Amino acid sequence: MKVLVPVKRVVDYNVKVRVKADGSGVDIANVKMSMNPFDEIATEEAIRLKEAGKATEVIAVSLGETKCQETLRTALAMGADRAIHVETGVELQPLAVAKLLKAVVERETPDLVLLGKQAIDDDSNQTAQMLAALLGWPQATFASKLELEDGAALVAREVDEGLEQIRVKLPAVVSTDLRLNEPRYASLPNIMKAKRKPIEALKPEDLGVDVAPRLDYLRFEEPPKRQAGVKVGSVAELVAKLRDEAGVL
Amino acid sequence: MAVLVLAQHDNASLAKATLHAVTAASQLPGDVHLLVAGESCGAVAEAAAKVAGVARVLHVEHPAYGAPLAEDMASLLVSVAGEYDYVLAAATTFGKNVLPRAAALLDTAQLSEIVAVEAPDTFKRYVYAGNALATVKSADAKRVITVRTTAFEAAAAEGGSAEVTTVQAVEPQDLASFVGREVSEQARPDLGSARVIVSGGRGLGSGENFKILEELADTVGAAVGASRAAVDAGFVPNDYQVGQTGKIVAPELYIAVGISGAIQHLAGMKDSKVIVAINKDEEAPIFQVADYGLVGDLFKIVPELTDELKRSKA
Repeated sequence: MKVLVPVKRVVDYNVKVRVKADGSGVDIANVKMSMNPFDEIATEEAIRLKEAGKATEVIAVSLGETKCQETLRTALAMGADRAIHVETGVELQPLAVAKLLKAVVERETPDLVLLGKQAIDDDSNQTAQMLAALLGWPQATFASKLELEDGAALVAREVDEGLEQIRVKLPAVVSTDLRLNEPRYASLPNIMKAKRKPIEALKPEDLGVDVAPRLDYLRFEEPPKRQAGVKVGSVAELVAKLRDEAGVL
Repeated sequence: MAVLVLAQHDNASLAKATLHAVTAASQLPGDVHLLVAGESCGAVAEAAAKVAGVARVLHVEHPAYGAPLAEDMASLLVSVAGEYDYVLAAATTFGKNVLPRAAALLDTAQLSEIVAVEAPDTFKRYVYAGNALATVKSADAKRVITVRTTAFEAAAAEGGSAEVTTVQAVEPQDLASFVGREVSEQARPDLGSARVIVSGGRGLGSGENFKILEELADTVGAAVGASRAAVDAGFVPNDYQVGQTGKIVAPELYIAVGISGAIQHLAGMKDSKVIVAINKDEEAPIFQVADYGLVGDLFKIVPELTDELKRSKA
């Protein structure tokens, strides 16, 4: 069984981005970029499926500018077998991403697509659901446990009320939540080995997908800043302030 | 012109999150309709009809909607979406699961977790873990939107008198099946609607130690939350997590205990009215957003705070 893992190149989760002075975007020149943490979890899960003898091949796919190849190399160093890069300079929004991934899925015919529930840059939380819809496949979002059965997957999902279990028929799209696993670090020998693994290059035109953005991000602003308050010296002082000054008790 | 809001419920009562989505819907042009799909959920449809500002309730009954799956909910939404310009839901895990699937079937780019309606086609939403607020214009004819509940007041649960219309279910697709649910039993208020939240982080050291937070919470009728670190460490279940990819909260009072204040956590709570931070590390970033900070050993401070609050109530 083949597993396809879409991975996104995003600003590293430790970076606190700043809005550009002219409000045209956020300043991501010269900041550290990494694989979206949720996609790292998806990659790890796919590799574990292969190590457990349940998956035969793990294919990483990334969409966007040339540098996405670095993200693909990370996936390959973690243990993916090969990679596909759909190169475009266009700002890709979730619906376009889902359409491109659908085209890739149709070429590769995986039984399972594993990807992060959310990218930590645009915070949309849409792509997995949209891809499943376009393929007419079932979806299991926010997965914290994944067990493969004969022709199906049993998935525990993190929901607001706690945990929910569903069974989806394969092929299916599964989006990963934080507690699914702890991704490994790629070892140096594996990083070296990954350099020789193949990355296939495609263009949106090769896949016949219109990727033009539908949402126009008109401007960006800094969110309202909170003022750092005061340090209090004792519990009694804290309670007095909460009661008399803040009026929340 | 009309706005359809997908109601969230447990077949017995309407979720409060939906009332917040109704308020966002009421800022858009057209009547607000609520879609109540469930199994034996007549009481929810009746309650939905009483929500202030709702003009019509679409009531759908089907055994498959008892524990709704995204596949079936999305097909149902698509079947009724024809006459609507907007399809909305609260950005709960339910709404986040269903709406993008419906959006893709409608070939529409979804707007996730809006926090303001600027114009009928223009909205505000946070990106980059709340570090940038974007103004976004949608070019689609039909707009699919999830609503951050903390950004819109709840509509009044009483006062409306909407007409209830019965709508046909869509045959289930049999792609997925519901197996079960483990709900964490909390006698305390829900994180989404609590007036006060007491949240714990890695500094608590163990799940056992969360007891001192629970005592504090019960003294002031608060909900208990947690940082990602505390959930990852297994101290508390996943539904406690406050943050960028967990729950977004904005209570009157947020007490962060043993939480250092990673960007991702701040994204989930920095709209709280008053923030208190208790941490032994005076350099912890949480103090930069806290109105009141207390540096010290939480295992001494928290019980003392509980006692002090009990005394001041007595």
